[in-house]
Amino acid sequence: MSTTSSDMWADIRDHIEMHHADDVRDMSVSHGELTITVRRAAILNIIGFLRDDPICKFNQMIDLCGVDYPERARRFDVVYHLLSMAHNTRIRVKCSTDEETPVMSIVSLFPNADWYEREAFDMYGIIFDQHPDLRRILTDYGFEGHPLRKDFPLTGFVEVRYDEERKEVIYEPVVLQQEYRSFDFLSPWEGAKYILPGDEKSEAAE
Amino acid sequence: MVDILSPNGSLARDLGSPSYNPGIHDTGFDGLSDQLADKGFITAASDDLITWARTGSLMWMTFGLACCAVEMMQASMPRYDLERFGFAPRASPRQSDVMIVAGTLTNKMAPALRKVYDQMPNPRYVISMGSCANGGGYYHYSYSVVRGCDRIVPVDVYVPGCPPTAEALIYGILQLQKKIRREGSIIR
Repeated sequence: MSTTSSDMWADIRDHIEMHHADDVRDMSVSHGELTITVRRAAILNIIGFLRDDPICKFNQMIDLCGVDYPERARRFDVVYHLLSMAHNTRIRVKCSTDEETPVMSIVSLFPNADWYEREAFDMYGIIFDQHPDLRRILTDYGFEGHPLRKDFPLTGFVEVRYDEERKEVIYEPVVLQQEYRSFDFLSPWEGAKYILPGDEKSEAAE
Repeated sequence: MVDILSPNGSLARDLGSPSYNPGIHDTGFDGLSDQLADKGFITAASDDLITWARTGSLMWMTFGLACCAVEMMQASMPRYDLERFGFAPRASPRQSDVMIVAGTLTNKMAPALRKVYDQMPNPRYVISMGSCANGGGYYHYSYSVVRGCDRIVPVDVYVPGCPPTAEALIYGILQLQKKIRREGSIIR
């Protein structure tokens, strides 16, 4: 291929801008890849365009995931990573949503998005419209909550135990036998500003 | 039971206990033993014989859940060759004696683990391998991990490490054999 990768990006960038100027909110190059942020309503259109257009040919869906930004009004991002085998380049597509607003599923375009979307639904509670089978994929049967949301407590709500009388594994509210530990990552050789337990006397003597 | 084993009201409770001495508690035993020894027989307590057989043919059921399973496989590969201890893998729980829980036990897996354990015939033993199986390990505070597989099944030997080396697992297995020899009896 004669064009350098930055020319490639510029081409693709201009091409997308020409066709979908209204739907693209932002374009940037970060981590050596083109990132475009698009309107949620246009996601199916854009992904379809990126897949089928001869300039783009992003014909592989590498990854689909959610991101949580709790401080934002529309707190979730859905991030799509596409790969163009023909042009040896990658693209990142983002759109934002919240707990209630559904995002259009791209299973009709990329069948492998099925489980990725189920994972994003499981972990963040992002709803995908027209998904063939939107249910939990990773967490336990009957699990409550969405564990990768920032406001989900680390230890969750329930823990399991075998009950000798009922002869089955039962769920109980979490009781931590051991407190959280706060690790001190300061090196003891480089000016730690605290007194170790039992060291108070040596300080007093000086 | 006690009356049969110690008819003279001796303190010896069963044949496997060290305080039992055939020379004292069973008069006439020595004579019989000498007679048999001439014909190429030896006498031994049946408990010892059974526990010896048990330690020598522990069929283990693989319960590989994570990276510890790789070390477990390593232990049974030619370099460490667990089968020289009679410790052979057995894919079915119904014909196995030992379960090695190797790896992170999640909440979702816990009922399955218990079900498989319940399918094993008695006497059955459990080796908990690695930090995660011992007490949750790295995932101790996680929302989806059981804080130690002893919350689900009774554990005989804990092998520490993350993951334990194949040698450590073999040491754990030898400890289990020792435990069976020490406390093994027909009634468990």
